[in-house]
Formats: sequence, C-alpha cells, structure tokens
Amino acid sequence: MTEESPIKLLNDLVKGQTARIHDFTEENDTCARLEEMGVTPGEEISVVRYAPLGDPIEIRVRGYNLSLRKEEADLIQVTEI
Amino acid sequence: MSDTSRPNAGPTIQTIALAGNPNSGKTTLFNAFTKLRQKVGNYAGVTVEKKTGTLVLAGNRVVNVVDLPGTYSLAVRSPDERIAREVLTGRSGDTTRPDLVICVVDAGNLERNLYLVSQIQDLGLPMIIALNMMDEVQRQGKEIDVAQLSAVLGVPVIPMVANQNRGIEELKALIAQGVEATYTRRWRMAPDLEEQAQHIVRLLVEHEGFEESEAFSEAISILSVGRKIEKSDDPADRFFKEELIHQINAIQDRLRKMGLRARSAAVEARYAWIKQVLRDVVKDHRPDQQNITDRIDAFVTHKIFGWLFFGGIMGTMFFMIFTIATYPMDWIDAGFGWLSGIVADALPAGLLADLLVNGIIAGVGGVVIFLPQILILFFFIGLLQDTGYMARAAFIMDRVMSKVGLHGKSFIPLLSSCACAIPGIMAARTIESNKDRLVTILVAPMMSCSARLPVYIIMIAVLIPDATALQKSGIMILMYLLGTAGVGIMAFVFKRTLLKSQQPIFILELPPYRMPSLKTILLQMWERSRIFLKRAGTVILLMSIVLWFLMSFPRHQDLPPHEALKHSYAGSIGSTMEPVIKPLGYDWRIGIGLIGSFAAREVFVSTMSIVFNVSEEADAGILRDEFRQARWPDGRPLFTPLVCIGLMVFFVFAMQCISTIAVVYRETGGWLWPTFQLMYMTSLAYVAAFLVYQVGRMMGFS
Repeated sequence: MTEESPIKLLNDLVKGQTARIHDFTEENDTCARLEEMGVTPGEEISVVRYAPLGDPIEIRVRGYNLSLRKEEADLIQVTEI
Repeated sequence: MSDTSRPNAGPTIQTIALAGNPNSGKTTLFNAFTKLRQKVGNYAGVTVEKKTGTLVLAGNRVVNVVDLPGTYSLAVRSPDERIAREVLTGRSGDTTRPDLVICVVDAGNLERNLYLVSQIQDLGLPMIIALNMMDEVQRQGKEIDVAQLSAVLGVPVIPMVANQNRGIEELKALIAQGVEATYTRRWRMAPDLEEQAQHIVRLLVEHEGFEESEAFSEAISILSVGRKIEKSDDPADRFFKEELIHQINAIQDRLRKMGLRARSAAVEARYAWIKQVLRDVVKDHRPDQQNITDRIDAFVTHKIFGWLFFGGIMGTMFFMIFTIATYPMDWIDAGFGWLSGIVADALPAGLLADLLVNGIIAGVGGVVIFLPQILILFFFIGLLQDTGYMARAAFIMDRVMSKVGLHGKSFIPLLSSCACAIPGIMAARTIESNKDRLVTILVAPMMSCSARLPVYIIMIAVLIPDATALQKSGIMILMYLLGTAGVGIMAFVFKRTLLKSQQPIFILELPPYRMPSLKTILLQMWERSRIFLKRAGTVILLMSIVLWFLMSFPRHQDLPPHEALKHSYAGSIGSTMEPVIKPLGYDWRIGIGLIGSFAAREVFVSTMSIVFNVSEEADAGILRDEFRQARWPDGRPLFTPLVCIGLMVFFVFAMQCISTIAVVYRETGGWLWPTFQLMYMTSLAYVAAFLVYQVGRMMGFS
C-alpha cells in the first residue's frame, strides 16, 4: 500500500512549493467559487509568492495566477507532491 | 454526429451577446465591433453596467451587440453572473435574448475559460468562440489545433488577436453567414448523479414549463446549490412551486444518502472533460520557461522595490493630475471667461444677462473645468488596468485595506475619488459583496477630491502669505492624509456596526502583463467622462441656477453688489446660520460660502468673490487680500490661522457635492444612503472644525 502524504493546508506551503489539491475544509460559497475557477481535488497547485505584507497569497493553478487571502487559503487542503 | 436543435440563425440574427471571463479581451472586441456606436447604461433594478452597441456587417446589415459583464461562471453568486445568466436565458426584463453568443476566450488560459463556455453551451444558443490573444500563445511557445478544438466542442472557433484587429473580419463574416446551434453534451458525472439530474429536468419541464436545454442548466444549478431550497429571496433560488421544491429537496437527500457530492459534481465533470479535450488540442513546447510576467512580478511585489514602484506610479499620477492638468484647466477657464464676456456685451444688462453669465455659464464652466483632471485619472486607471498592474496594486495593498474591513478592490474606487468621487463611486461596482461596496461608497467622498483644491489653495495663501512650494504641498498632503485617515476610521466603524459582514471573498485573478491598447483606453476615457459631464453637468447646472437665484433675489438694484448679497435670500440664510457656525469661527459671509459649496465645492471661491465684492476675472491674490482684511463687526480679524485651518478641515470631511449625492442615489438605489452619508459627513465636518477652532483657542493659538 502506498504511503499517503499528510494532509496540509495551502497556507502551510512555502513559496515555490507545488502540491496536489485534496479537498476543502468547508462547503460554502467561497469554496464553490474556487472550484469553479479550477481549484478542484486532484489538480496541482503552487504557491507563487506571499504579498510583501504577508497576505494575500498568489497561487498558480490550471495555468493561471490567482490571489487569495490567507483565510480563503485555509479552506484548501493539499497533499505534498 | 451533431444535433441540430435549432434552425440556422443566419439571416435572422438581430442581437448578439459577448460573453467571457474578465481579462479575455471582450471589451476590446466590443469596441472593435461597435467603435463609437456604443452606449453605457444600467440593467433595470441593479447596478450592473449595461453596454450595448451596434455592429455593421457587410451590406449595411445592422446587428445589436450586448457586452455582458465578464464572469467566470453563470452560477448566480454575484449580480454580474446573475445578469449574464438572465440575458442568456432570455429571462432579463429589459434585454432581448440574443440570437447568437460569442464567447471570448483567452487562448493562454484555455482550461478555465472553457468552463464558462461549457456552461453557456448548456443553454443551447448558437455560439461562436473567439479564441483571443493568440499572439501570446505563440510567444509562450504553445500551439493550438484550432480545427480539432472546434470539432471537439462542436462550435466554430475563430482565432484572433483583437487588439491588433486580427481575426475580426473573419468573425464578422461568420456572423453574417449565420451559425447553427448544435450541441451534444460530452461531459458526464457519475451515473447516479446523471439520473437524478434528469429527474429534476423532467420536473422542471413538466411543472414549470422550462425548455429542455434550459432545464438541464437549471438542474445543474440547483444541484450546485448544495442545500435545501427554500422560497426565499436568495438569488440562487428560483420561485418554484411548493411541491416542486419538495421533490427537489427529496432528490438532494437521496444523493446525500448515497454519499454523492452533488455540489461539485458538475464542476469536476466539466473540468475533467476540458482537460481531456485540451490534451489533444494544445501542445506546449516550452512548459517550464519562466515568462516575462513572472519576472516583472518579482520586481513589482518585492518587499522594497515593489513599494518604491507603487509609490512612483501613484506619485506620477498625482503629479500629472495636479500640475499638468492646470494648463488645460486654465485654457478652459479663459474660454468660459471669454464666453461670459461676449454674452455680457451682447445682451443688455439685466436679469437675463445676469442669469446667463453668473448662473449658467459660471455653473457649466465650474463642471467642465474638471474635465482635464478626470480625463487624466481615467487614462491612468485605464492604463494600469489594461497592462494588468492594477491587480498587483490591489494584491500588495490588500492587507492594509482588510485591516479596516475593506477590500483590495476598494483601492481603485478610493484612489479615483482623489480626483473626483463620482467616477470613484461608480468604480465600486467591481466589489461583489454588497456591504463592502456600500462602505466603500460611503467613505469615498472623504478622499480629498480635486474640487477641494481651490479652497485649500486660497486658505493656505491666507494662512501663510509667502508660502514656499514645500509648505504649500506639505499642508495639502496633510489634508489628504487627514481625509484618508477619516476613510480608514469610518470604514472600520461602519464594518463593525451598521454594515457588519464577513470578510469579503478576495479572489483576484492576476492576469499576464499585456501591452495596453491605446484605443481601448481612450474609448473608455471618453465614455466615462461623458457620463460624468452629463450627470454632474445637469445637477450642478441646476444648483448654480438655484444659487444664483438665492443670491440675486430679492433684488436690491440700488445697493452695491456685496450689500445686495447681504439682503438676498442667501444672505438671510447666512445670517440666520451665524450663531450655529460662530463656534467654528465663521461669520455670515463664510456661511454663504458654505451654503453655496454644499451644492458644489468649486463654487466656494466664486461665491466668496461675490460676497467680498471681488470681480471674477480678478487675480486670485485680490480675494486672498480681501480675506486677510476681513473683519468681524468688532474689528477682530475673520480669517485667523485657526479659522483657515478649521475651514480646510471642514472641507476635508464635509459632503459638499450634489452630484455625488445624485450618483450615490443611483448606485445604492434610494435616498436612504445618500441622506445618511450627508448627515454623518456634515456632523463629522462640524465636529472636526469645532475642535480645531475651540481646542486651538484653548491652547492659546488664534
């Protein structure tokens, strides 16, 4: 049986790190919108950078860049690749 | 191979709609189609901008074009999405259902763009895909098999580079030819979900009279809501029959028991299909190359250089607005002065001449003179948005904004309000959350707008007669900072009390940097300025006439002008007001100035010129000297340093612009908020000026 990677939150990743989206922590409008914009389970996601003041986070998914606040990033569960 | 579900829509096409993601070049295409034959308005009942125009095809055939708001989805979570959905399904009250949809797709971002395309396809309308920004794709080293894409999607695809006018003619030719609506859905969810979705479709078709294609789209929408439907006002819900709601909820329960996540099923199914499609269609020859956008971003969001760059951009913009703009402003001023002169000479002296010269020409001139600044502001905003930098600015500023409960997107409206709150307030439409938008609108007028400048300038001149440029800018910057502090504090207060809401969803796309299209920017400048002129012009014009009336009647032709003013309606009001404004150090003459400026701040200086019997064409220095020599009846100077500062502070906080009130009325859909805004800002201004004067006196200043 393959070893499973621990589930982390998007916020736990460091700049430049790529991970795979696992699931969302909640079922709300924000998550629905994120999903519609391509943030879906199984998809790769990378942290491009954190803003100079620490928040928001710029991520890359499905070939484009998106900016999220930390509290939104907290909704996304990922597994490290 | 393909289903023909609709007859050929060729010769009967009357209306086409442009749909697509934000930043896909939709507006550029719209402009290319309609050029100056476009109109900007509002959809009935909502504050979503409605852009319509006409396209002329070969043979002088005229087609209506509707530029739908840019959306990422048709899921009805924001007013923009709702409008797009309503227009496309034909359920919009004031817009006819389009005969053809052109989906503008950013070729460099196909995966996400095709999601919306997939949703629109469900609606069964004839469709053409405008595959835009092909030049970028080439630069990135990618190749797109357009023919294959078209075959798989079942929709004609026209590659284009809209801002270089490439592909436009081919698109027009295809529109003229006509397009069939052929669509077979090729993405699938899990079988159980598909089955339940069909149940809902049947219910909708049989009980609510939906058409098949729309019923499916609606069914998916219902499943995506993810919770029980109630008869509520939530835009995601429809007003279905009670029994229908019951049955739908039963289906949802069934799915939940089966352990199936209906909510995201359709989304994931669509994307899975899209990925598969693109595997055969897109070839990436240089997948790992860091592109120029990344490199620029590394600089622009840098902890040090990023801020320097930001400051530089803002500084340049302000420099241009406040210095370069003065040249055309002077010309406009001279122009109107010349016009007044001609009218005054041409007409016999009397009421009509007076009304025309001092009422109407002065009033209209007072508005037009701000045009250069507004144009420069819109130019900069257009430039920043078109290149993509605006998103980065919001990105780095968001932390600061969120500390007072505002949105990164509030940044643009607030910044714009530094030139004029009217376009700034209009720009707040991009903020999705109603409450956050409202807060932004409520505080925006406290950003010191350009109309306050004449007041600051003359007050500074009175305060410090030979002020150096440094001192002048220093004090002005202080006033700006004061206004900004007011914005921050009141936003914080509002978000905590009246307009409590969760933190807004801050999901912002950071598009690749692009060369700006001068044409697009200029067209936008023109359109927004036109709106400003019309709106501000009519209201200010009216108020100028009212003011003129108040200041000219009752007529006392035998008295010199400033005495006559004292006995006019305006003068009486001023005198009555005096006890109220005395604690601020003002007398009835400043009172009249305040009355005048409540309609428009610009009017303060000209009103005071009349009050102090200074001719309009005279040098500004003369009014300044008059202020210096003004005295209370007991001989004390009127414009003491404290009064000067206090007056500036008053102007920082006071709501003195009928045009802004009119715009807020329109943007919030009622009189409640503009009235509230007027009241809270006036109180704030009064208290602030009061404190400055009284506390200053107590501390021994004058």
